[in-house]
Amino acid sequence: MAEKVTGAEALMLSLKNEGVTTIFGYPGGSIMPTYDALYDYTRGEKKSFEHVLVRHEQAATHAAEGFARVSGKVGVTLVTSGPGVTNTLTGVADAMMDSTPIVVIAGQVGTAVLGSDAFQEVDLVSVAQPITKWTYQIRRAEDVAWAVSRAFYIARSGRPGPVVLDFTKNAQTDLVEYKPANVDFIRSYVPSPEPKEEAIKAAAELINSAKKPMALVGQGVELGNAQEELKAFLEKADIPAGRTMLGLSALPSNHKLNMGMLGMHGSYSVNIKEQEADVIIAVGMRFSDRVTGNLSKYAKQAKIIHLDIDASEIDKNVKTTVAVVGDCKKTLPAITALLKEADHTEWKESFQPLRQQEIDRVITPATKPTSGPLLMGEVAHAVAKATNSESILVTDVGQNQLMSVRYYKFHKPRSIATSGGMGTMGYGLPAAMGATYGAPDRTVCCFMGDGGLQMMIQEFGTIMEYQIPVKMILLNNNYLGNVRQWQDMFFNHKRSFTPMVNPDFGKVAEAYNIPHRIVKDRAELQDAIQEMLNTKGAFFLEAVIKPDANVEPMTAPGRAVDEMQLNVEC
Amino acid sequence: METKLYTLIIYSENFAGILNQITAVFTRRQVNIESLNVCASSTPGVHKYTITCFCTEEMVVTLCKQMEKKIDVLQAHYFTDEEIFIMEACLLKISTEGLLQNPAASKAVRRHGARIVEVNPTFSIVEKKGLTEDILSLFEALNEMGIVRQFVRSGRIAVTRDCIEHLDQYLEQREMNK
Repeated sequence: MAEKVTGAEALMLSLKNEGVTTIFGYPGGSIMPTYDALYDYTRGEKKSFEHVLVRHEQAATHAAEGFARVSGKVGVTLVTSGPGVTNTLTGVADAMMDSTPIVVIAGQVGTAVLGSDAFQEVDLVSVAQPITKWTYQIRRAEDVAWAVSRAFYIARSGRPGPVVLDFTKNAQTDLVEYKPANVDFIRSYVPSPEPKEEAIKAAAELINSAKKPMALVGQGVELGNAQEELKAFLEKADIPAGRTMLGLSALPSNHKLNMGMLGMHGSYSVNIKEQEADVIIAVGMRFSDRVTGNLSKYAKQAKIIHLDIDASEIDKNVKTTVAVVGDCKKTLPAITALLKEADHTEWKESFQPLRQQEIDRVITPATKPTSGPLLMGEVAHAVAKATNSESILVTDVGQNQLMSVRYYKFHKPRSIATSGGMGTMGYGLPAAMGATYGAPDRTVCCFMGDGGLQMMIQEFGTIMEYQIPVKMILLNNNYLGNVRQWQDMFFNHKRSFTPMVNPDFGKVAEAYNIPHRIVKDRAELQDAIQEMLNTKGAFFLEAVIKPDANVEPMTAPGRAVDEMQLNVEC
Repeated sequence: METKLYTLIIYSENFAGILNQITAVFTRRQVNIESLNVCASSTPGVHKYTITCFCTEEMVVTLCKQMEKKIDVLQAHYFTDEEIFIMEACLLKISTEGLLQNPAASKAVRRHGARIVEVNPTFSIVEKKGLTEDILSLFEALNEMGIVRQFVRSGRIAVTRDCIEHLDQYLEQREMNK
């Protein structure tokens, strides 16, 4: 008979069994037995994990998200009950929206006092269910191995997502004979539906008959590891493609069929041409309202083919002509095999004049100004260039995000971590920390605004303690810039609580022993970026940018995508 | 798009908390549940939910997809009244005095094929099984006489007209793919 271990140690062994190496967490009352076991598993002969002590539980989930996004592995968060776990929920909801595989393990009061409003008790299962792929309360030590294995299987398979495990105190302390569990089948859950042959055929026929086909590439391509299959598909039928914000590194920026980014602040030509394409092929994307603009006017002329692993995405927002449900790693090559080689030169070339207009009126002024204050676009452009477009881009939310995703270039897959669906301010800094653990060999550049940085500025402590090599770029305009832009555009310039009085961020970085530099002059920008990149470990670069610059181009809310304005009118 | 009454039949594993997840799908889409019945199904370990709601077909399709997306939900199907056999039940507490003074009351009970299952000096209990409209018709008839003291209707239960049980077929297939 095997030796009995506590449920807490069974959790350690179960995490080890799942190949976990890094845990982002924060201890507290109800998770103490687990932290007691964790101590032994982070040193000495049992050493299996690195534990990163964040400074706020929300940061633990964002760090797990950043880790997962760049590595393709499941990110892990360990926190206590009550406020510990409610603090993680913004990150959990963010992971749900953006299909990011994380497992959050939270302590819970003992089963004997569940429901009695015991100290730091919260009804986690009820709270977490709507924003998770799966939530489960572990009430017995015997269930630990099964629940953990099931949690990881659910988080990473099919359309990935967050799982929350509510780990009662008695289940942590009771003894159990540990036997590894390897859940790889759940009868009620079909993670990757088998594609239907008739759908594959119908999709291929429609594409073969198209005169103006256009592909919309989403994060599903990265999640399905189908970057090469996507290229083969696009190249065979010569299909120009737009990428969603989360799918930006699914197709290299310099690929000849990449036409730019979709969405409200995406590429002008892509937005206009969506209204002209005769066949639209959406691959692993969900037609978010930020992509479609006014849905009732979106691509009405086009026949829509939707490839998605999640059947509930089909017809949710945009009605499809052909739905191909399945893993795009399988569906893309199956369709490609039936495609005729095509040449859509004329159609592709028709993007160029629009692209040129955007270059002349938006891109060049934003990235290569010769006078005036520093601009967001030129900083993002310069950082991307200085890292040969090989670094990972992590962003916060707002103008810093929109400008950095617009002017960054991506040559490698899994090179972007940004909060898409939720638009979570505060995401950037902790997600970037997590990304350095997920891709330790790559440079991680994190763009933030002064608002978002201050939502998670305590994480300077984590960066200091663990010497996390994040390259932080603060685009400081002393405004909640994106809201300020909308106030100027749609609320008659009434800047309601968007100007911010900020601290000396350099001094804050200094207090945490983080090397830093502030740059105000254009002439210094290159040198400052080089100093950041040449400095070993973390660096905090503050760029003082034009206070009231706008993100352009823009499709105003409620407008159709082809009503996009190159230059916004305030 | 036309709004009508749909009956949804949903199967799930017998885990705690799934009813919450199912009703949350309705809440999120702002659809009111008209009736709800939950019970163990004929398949061991599987729970069956019979839910009715008024909505468009487009909406009911979305509801079913969103429910099937839940990890522990096995299947979710929707039906119109023509596609299923329906049964509901009701209990009416009526005043015994009112019953005795109104010959039309016992006529209404008989006309509707209902049964009087309890009579005491103060009140009597009428039980009726059948279609929604029959139950409502009985209620209205007795209510007009002013003798109804309490009225309760069960959630709808329904079976499909298919010869095969789709759930069993699905489970068999899943076990084969294991």
